[in-house]
Amino acid sequence: MVAIPDTGYSSYDENDEKPGFFARWFYSTNHKDIGTLYLIFGIISGLIGGFLSFMMRMELAEPGIQIFNSEHQYLVFVSMHGLIMIFFMVMPALIGGFGNWFVPIMIGAPDMAFPRMNNLSFWLLPTALICLLISFVVPGAAEGDGFGGSWVMYPPLSTTGSPGPAFDFIIIGLLAAGFSSIFGAINFITTILNMRAPGMTLHKMPLFAWSVLVTAFLLLLALPVLAAALFMLFTDRIEGGTGFFDPSRGGDPQMFQHLFWFFGHPEVYIMILPAFGIVSHVISTFSKKPIFGYLGMAYAMVAIGVVGFVVWAHHMYTVGMDVNLKAYFLAATLVIAVPTGVKIFSWLATMWGGSIRYTIPMQWAIAFIFLFVVGGVTGVMLANAGVDTYLHDTYYVVAHFHYVLSMGAVFGIFCGFYYWFGKMFGVMYNKYLAAAHFWLFFIGVNVIFFPQHFLGLNGMPRRYIDYPEEFELWNQVSSVGAWITLAGVGFFFLMLIEALLINRKRVGDNYWGEGATTLEWTLSSPPPYHQFNTLPRIEESDEH
Amino acid sequence: MRFIRPNFKSLIAGSVAALAMGTAAFANKPTPGGWWLQDAASPVMEELTRVHNIVFVIICVILAVVMVLMGYIMIRFREKANPVPSKTTHHVGLEVVWTIVPVLILLGMVVPSMQLLYLQDRLPETEMTIKAVGNTWNWEYEYPDYENVDSFVANPLEKAEAQAKGVPYLLAADNALVVPVDTKIKVLVTSVNNMHSWAMPAFGVKMDAVPGVVNETWFEATKEGTFYGQCSEICGALHYKMPIEIQVVSKAEFTRWVANDGAFGSQTAALNTATTVAAPK
Repeated sequence: MVAIPDTGYSSYDENDEKPGFFARWFYSTNHKDIGTLYLIFGIISGLIGGFLSFMMRMELAEPGIQIFNSEHQYLVFVSMHGLIMIFFMVMPALIGGFGNWFVPIMIGAPDMAFPRMNNLSFWLLPTALICLLISFVVPGAAEGDGFGGSWVMYPPLSTTGSPGPAFDFIIIGLLAAGFSSIFGAINFITTILNMRAPGMTLHKMPLFAWSVLVTAFLLLLALPVLAAALFMLFTDRIEGGTGFFDPSRGGDPQMFQHLFWFFGHPEVYIMILPAFGIVSHVISTFSKKPIFGYLGMAYAMVAIGVVGFVVWAHHMYTVGMDVNLKAYFLAATLVIAVPTGVKIFSWLATMWGGSIRYTIPMQWAIAFIFLFVVGGVTGVMLANAGVDTYLHDTYYVVAHFHYVLSMGAVFGIFCGFYYWFGKMFGVMYNKYLAAAHFWLFFIGVNVIFFPQHFLGLNGMPRRYIDYPEEFELWNQVSSVGAWITLAGVGFFFLMLIEALLINRKRVGDNYWGEGATTLEWTLSSPPPYHQFNTLPRIEESDEH
Repeated sequence: MRFIRPNFKSLIAGSVAALAMGTAAFANKPTPGGWWLQDAASPVMEELTRVHNIVFVIICVILAVVMVLMGYIMIRFREKANPVPSKTTHHVGLEVVWTIVPVLILLGMVVPSMQLLYLQDRLPETEMTIKAVGNTWNWEYEYPDYENVDSFVANPLEKAEAQAKGVPYLLAADNALVVPVDTKIKVLVTSVNNMHSWAMPAFGVKMDAVPGVVNETWFEATKEGTFYGQCSEICGALHYKMPIEIQVVSKAEFTRWVANDGAFGSQTAALNTATTVAAPK
């Protein structure tokens, strides 16, 4: 035995002693602190992305060009709204934020497998966001500053069409964000596969951990393809560089679309799967019932992840593909409806026979199911290649993907935020402010996006700063919804200020009671700085 | 700042127009305040509308079933009505049913969907060919079958010009593509710089214009008149301002138009040549 010298402190803190402010938040290797950083970062990015979309909605409130200085500026807002919301709001909040906070706790691990890589994952993101913000103010195209080629970045608009450095900044930023996600994915996979507590078999693992595991595999397989495509764009843009996507030098612009959507389609599942996981926990907790069909739920997510990799070209039905190829992508896309249906029905079956409490997180979860079903069924419509010829690049598509993302994924985020609010911060939110947030947000987003189905059916194309006056009515309605949603966001911040700064009403370990059965509810709120110094042991009899 | 000026007059007019749509006369452009597909003016669009409506009914039924079920569960199993939760977590039969039933619904949907896809995508024996070339930001049209008809550029109209001519702004172009009615027409679509998309909702046509690639599609207009479409793939600053206007005329009229070197009268022929020579903006 070696005698351990008494140095006056122990590196392993039974006393829950935290490092000083700067070391704690800037050198952080603690999964809970990094999770909090991710959530703060997600909120900041959400504000930026939300501001961009609000200005777009105001511009579109009536025909003509009212607010923007140039058409190019509007397209810059469109492009940056998409990129910021996807890479810097939804992904950091769901995977970085809740994933970091709760995956280690749920599987009974003391921390993530690679804490320093976790730190790197996080700090790459602000760097990436700064690159994107710089791109706003450096020359993009001949028409002005910034990159206006939409988040899909199709060449030649993103190569010869945007010669300025603005798009180079975006490429660098997205590469950084991509590496951040790849590191995060490696970390999650290693943590989940190697660091589960004794007795915590994969088939006993909570569904949120399952969802993050599937998501991490999607990230690991999809993001390198994006990185490659971005790098090819980068070298194509250099004077005298490569010609991967330049037809005059033997390249093919359609190839970029294939590469992009090979990443882009799994990306939409990357954004929605963690939300599925959160909603499963919330529904189970407030129905006071274990999740119905646990294995079906877990393997439905695996199935969605696998099939999600072989349907990408349904984003490209009008690009001029062979008809047999379109027929394949049509059929494959419809297949995704099956595991998605399993999830919806299992949530309903979990509620069936339950004793349902309509707390704030439960309201978000039920709204999530409603909105996701609406967005899902319009997805079935869009999967039909023939009908999609009419609807492609119209507002119908905008309505569809905002129903599944802006309302699906974002409702999942808020659902998790309110569910774990007390657990993360140790204090409870004011339920009236939270209810005002929920109802204004729910009504607002529906008023924004439901009429956009009508615009799309009537033929209004996307990414238009000005439109024929036939489309005025529903655009106006949609813009009214933006104001309602803005009021909802206002209540969100009131709720945060009230709960974190003013009231600070402490909560107990398991403030949701009976239905909350996962490991985070066995810890204090907030959990100790280092949890599970003695690993929990999951008994054979613990059933799902 | 004036962000929204609620235009109640247009709101009411729009709702009335929307309600009256079922009985309204044929519209060859978006309906004011409309909330449904544009009227079909080609066999493909008729079929597309039919498939859309079939799928629409199916998804509405699915949505309604899920919502009614959820509403029932929310009331029946609320805490007050059902204080003691059940412990059921598995039911193999149920799980099999909700996997199999969606599969059957989707199989039923796939048949009309595939029929439409192949109708739309497999070109029939076409009787003439036109070529649409996307440029930033206008369309150039060529009639390769008729050597005497020069290619011409269709530029967007400014708002004042459109108002002066009494045509819809952002939909009408200075030169329309002229085609005969009831004729199967092959369209070759390509681009000389950024990607564009040549779209005509009333015909159920949308084909990306990709540089270095010549895509082909087809349509057969079944009604005479002027039809409007808009560029449908982001192509830069004036993406919103590169309209597609098609004038469908009778076969006899079209023959005269071709014989007249692509003009409707001797006087306009001279004018048309003048606009053709003018460089694109």
